[in-house]
Amino acid sequence: MREINADIITDVVERLCIAANEHLPEDVKCAIKNCRACEDGVIAQGILDDIIKNYEIADAENVPICQDTGMACVFLEIGQDVHITGANLADAVNEGVRRGYDKGYLRKSVVKDPVRRGNTGDNTPAMIYTEIVPGENIKITVGPKGFGSENMSAIRMFKPSHGLQGIKDFILETVENAGPNPCPPMVVGVGIGGTFDKAALLAKKALMRPIDSENPDPFYADLEKEMLEKVNQLGIGPQGFGGKTTAIGLNIETMPTHIAGMPCAININCHVTRHKTEVI
Amino acid sequence: MEKHITLPLTEELAKTLHAGDRVYLTGTIYTSRDAGHKRMCEALAKGEKIPFDPTDATIYYVGPTPAKPGQVIGSAGPTTSGRMDAYAPTMMSVGARGMIGKGARLPEVVDAMKKYSGVYFGAIGGAGALLAKCIKSAELIAYEDLGAEALRKLYVEDMPLMVIIDCEGNNLYETGRAEYLEKNKK
Repeated sequence: MREINADIITDVVERLCIAANEHLPEDVKCAIKNCRACEDGVIAQGILDDIIKNYEIADAENVPICQDTGMACVFLEIGQDVHITGANLADAVNEGVRRGYDKGYLRKSVVKDPVRRGNTGDNTPAMIYTEIVPGENIKITVGPKGFGSENMSAIRMFKPSHGLQGIKDFILETVENAGPNPCPPMVVGVGIGGTFDKAALLAKKALMRPIDSENPDPFYADLEKEMLEKVNQLGIGPQGFGGKTTAIGLNIETMPTHIAGMPCAININCHVTRHKTEVI
Repeated sequence: MEKHITLPLTEELAKTLHAGDRVYLTGTIYTSRDAGHKRMCEALAKGEKIPFDPTDATIYYVGPTPAKPGQVIGSAGPTTSGRMDAYAPTMMSVGARGMIGKGARLPEVVDAMKKYSGVYFGAIGGAGALLAKCIKSAELIAYEDLGAEALRKLYVEDMPLMVIIDCEGNNLYETGRAEYLEKNKK
């Protein structure tokens, strides 16, 4: 049994909130540059050039890449041989978010009630996802999620008879419907299987996976490639002004499901697909 | 076409802008998003004044990050304009002509743009660090309690924008994509 003080978790979350908002992951930068090299339209090229300039400024000056510094989605993979001491885990995470968003001059974008609104003033509460895994470490990933793209996400409970074609059509329909709103080029996270809620979680996890990686199952790896190509044939293009680059990545995550169902969730993200991980 | 324009956005100036124009905008603009628009439209409905003169004004749909020490403003890219569709025709009816944001607009907004000679500009969504560079001054003018959504008066220089929808209703989202698809027909 390894003891980990909650203060350490707070420190890590604080650091990750700031770093994730200021520095885009290398795989995302690389994908944007590759897409820029392939674009032939003047407007599309100009937009991608500005997007590259933007993350370079954020890197050099340690400022947020985007003003929507998101809801703090915090994923914790907690080793089953870990004992957290000193404070409640959720409090420790929220304190890290509170400090990170304050010290990092990040925007506070959370309201305390979905209907009655009212900013909480410190970007808490975080969206906390915990998973118990073997071992004695805690792996923490912070993925700040902007809502311009979150709002364009969708979920559907398919009948098994809809099959693969149903999923393919749904992906294209969702991207088409999102159009220029989620700040394309976007990243598309697809979750298939599980229950209603698990499908949505899988879609969000798909966005946390590097976009230069592929699903370990060749069937889904091929589907990722095929659907990314099809999405990019829609012609929406950077910012929706037309072009080859509608999406820079498409990841699929799956799990078993019920004999009667085939849930599919699609979580849309923008080109500022941010996440940062640390292991304690 | 590339154009350098200086505000205010008069009717005469608005009519020279066309969907697809690359515009570098200089002048005073006002920031507002969901909660600010709601409050301004409620004030107008009661016959009250809003915190700035809307005549020929341009509104930037943005909620910036807080300024770090030494900065004029934090990162400041556009938010999704569609959430302001419920308020935009009212704002145009009192004289506000320019809108800066990103994303699709409803037909009723486009109708109001045709009626009042409005222009919808697009700034690059997700390029908040870059866009902050052209903001030379920022002053909080109202609704401080709304935090990031408070109303601010900004002075911008050569802010890089695209005309997405012009006052005749031409829409770059439609034409840009159609042109690309036409060109890439197999």
